[in-house]
Amino acid sequence: MTSFVDSLTELLSSLTWVPEGAAGIVFVTVSVLVAIPVFLFMTVNALVAVYMERKVSAFMQDRLGPMEVGIFGFKGGKRFWGGIGQTIADAVKLIGKEDTIPAEADRALFIIGPFILFGAAFATFIGVPIGYGLVISNFNIGIFFVTAVSSIGVIGVILAGWGSNNKWSLYGAMRSAAQIISYELPVGMSLLLVVMVVGSLQFNDIVMWQEQHRWFLFHSPFTVLAFLIFFASGVAEVNRTPFDIPEAESELVAGYMTEYSGFRWSIFFLSEYANMAIVALMTAIVFLGGWLSPVGGLFRTIGLAEGWYYLEGPWWGVFWISFKAILLIFTMMWFRWTWPRLRPDQLMYVAWKVFIPFALGNIFFVGIWELLLG
Amino acid sequence: MTTTDGAVRNFGVVQTEEMVLNMGPQHPSTHGVLRLKIRTDGEIVSHIEPYIGYLHRCFEKHCENLTYEQVIPFTDRCDYIASMANNHIYSVAVEKLMGIEVSEKVEHIRVIMAEFQRIASHLLAVGTFGLDVGGITPFTYCFRDRERILDLFEYTCGARLLYNYIWVGGLSHDLPPKFRQYALEFLDYFEPKIEEYNRILTYNKIFIERTGDVGVLPAEVAISYGCSGPVLRGSGVDWDLRRNEPYSIYDRFDFDVITGDGQMGTVGDCWDRYYVRVREMGQSVRILRQALAALPEKGDVQENIPKKVRPPKGEIYFRGESPRGDLGFYIISDGKAKPYRVKMRSPAFCNLSVINEIGAGWMISDIVTILGSLDIVLGEIDR
Repeated sequence: MTSFVDSLTELLSSLTWVPEGAAGIVFVTVSVLVAIPVFLFMTVNALVAVYMERKVSAFMQDRLGPMEVGIFGFKGGKRFWGGIGQTIADAVKLIGKEDTIPAEADRALFIIGPFILFGAAFATFIGVPIGYGLVISNFNIGIFFVTAVSSIGVIGVILAGWGSNNKWSLYGAMRSAAQIISYELPVGMSLLLVVMVVGSLQFNDIVMWQEQHRWFLFHSPFTVLAFLIFFASGVAEVNRTPFDIPEAESELVAGYMTEYSGFRWSIFFLSEYANMAIVALMTAIVFLGGWLSPVGGLFRTIGLAEGWYYLEGPWWGVFWISFKAILLIFTMMWFRWTWPRLRPDQLMYVAWKVFIPFALGNIFFVGIWELLLG
Repeated sequence: MTTTDGAVRNFGVVQTEEMVLNMGPQHPSTHGVLRLKIRTDGEIVSHIEPYIGYLHRCFEKHCENLTYEQVIPFTDRCDYIASMANNHIYSVAVEKLMGIEVSEKVEHIRVIMAEFQRIASHLLAVGTFGLDVGGITPFTYCFRDRERILDLFEYTCGARLLYNYIWVGGLSHDLPPKFRQYALEFLDYFEPKIEEYNRILTYNKIFIERTGDVGVLPAEVAISYGCSGPVLRGSGVDWDLRRNEPYSIYDRFDFDVITGDGQMGTVGDCWDRYYVRVREMGQSVRILRQALAALPEKGDVQENIPKKVRPPKGEIYFRGESPRGDLGFYIISDGKAKPYRVKMRSPAFCNLSVINEIGAGWMISDIVTILGSLDIVLGEIDR
């Protein structure tokens, strides 16, 4: 299996001037080198997604959105590309702002909170592929790693909420903890069903299974349900409307982020959008065929054009997975700008009394389905 | 961090205690500078105490040092979301005290303005209520349409928020030449939009879950607290001063008084209060169509304005239906150019007073919903 880490290690080790037995140095160098694309990916993702969110919300609300700030002299047209440099200007502004820490805050926790959240999102990207072999490190337990590491972030949220010494922040943190712990379960169960059918925890294997058979979305009625549960729970895990109770601006001011500003706040923001991308990529890989082309795949599924690989290949794969992920991110934005927010108890109700029973039942029925038809 | 002000509860191993939480005066959804002192046990709220006065501007005391005409701009600033209604009711009160009759044309224009103002005010209430339950887009829809009403007001009298338009005995300006055409165009545009609000918010499942059966205000409680307007009607009480005690020329128009019917839960829940406002906009459109059709073309809107507003000795209490409810002015005159005393009976003040009655026992999220459904304006509460 190829991955960035493997290829880089191989490359560095094969260089003649690298001394024998310098595995430690090679390891550190590789780690630093792979961190750079991940960080760049997160930053660019946040910049693009924030711009997209603004424009999408603006068009849904009969507004224009940002229209003034250009980039390199390109100000965009009258409508769609106007204000393309707005998020960059905002990022610069956020970094330039004064760093305030409330006098009564627990300084250590206050400072460490956002970085734990960021670290979790950052580490998750190690396991998420964006194409065949285009992954930082190809674990044999990919799905497990991603779900496990991405939920570490909640510790950062709790520390931030507690360390702020603000009642609203505390409320936000407690809500977030309850929410993420609850929604981990339906997410895990929906993934379990896929793992059960494929028999591997590796993302590559899952996509390859889908290539040989069909997308998981079309596997059986139960996987359709699992897809819905997984995506809804994913939306809940990244705190977006209608599940955005930890931030709930109209109730909790800004939840656990209330006391944060400037650079620290922008780290929260970066992580939020990174988590959105993770959920979208995961959904795309597990249920929507990852980097498989919907065009060729469709023709093969219905029996036409056997062996006809149209718009496929490694780079088309990157295009298709991004396309699917962006479509899913757009759906999340669509939710946010259409629906009101649930109440915390209703949120818990949805998780424990709707999603989890259905997800459990799903596992059972997919097992039977596989036994009979698989 | 926690304040040990409430009850300490002992669950064996776990001990919980209530926490006092200050919601406001700086909070996104207290609709101004209201402060709610909330005792919470986890998310559950056990007691709510509103603290008001952060926007107190001595309106009533000011009035004693101003002539009757000069009070009108101050009434604008009381309920700044429904300034026309304040102007209207105050002017009618002074006219009754002085025994002035105004012309047909003036009466029609006043009703037109008051009803446009009611639509604008309800649009703001509906939009911000959507915001309170977490839906952002309905708010922008409502503001888009409210903007057009404000444009009409600007076209008429130059001001968009604080008009000083309805004067004792007349109006500050006559209607501009194309007003009737623009107003009818707006009504044609606006009527289908009510359906749009219903689609995006009213019948949304999440919205119904959040507002149906929440914060139920029984009719007896509403009456005993002196609630009025959509809050009272939402509880199923059929009471509207425009019909029950007609003033101006409201008795000529054909309209329904909307009451809550518990369609999505219990009579008097947040959804009912909200939906009463939505449906009242439709009734205002009905009144507006009739008033615009009957509006006399000719006539001077300032012919009955007295040179000196100097009511005879005496006192009067006059009330009318503002968008928020039963707005009353109690004016005592000692025969001089300035009123001896002006007391304003503010509907939002009484409506707010039920917050503990209907809010205790609900969650923090519901307190925001309930407060939003009461549609308060702090300028009017604190005066």
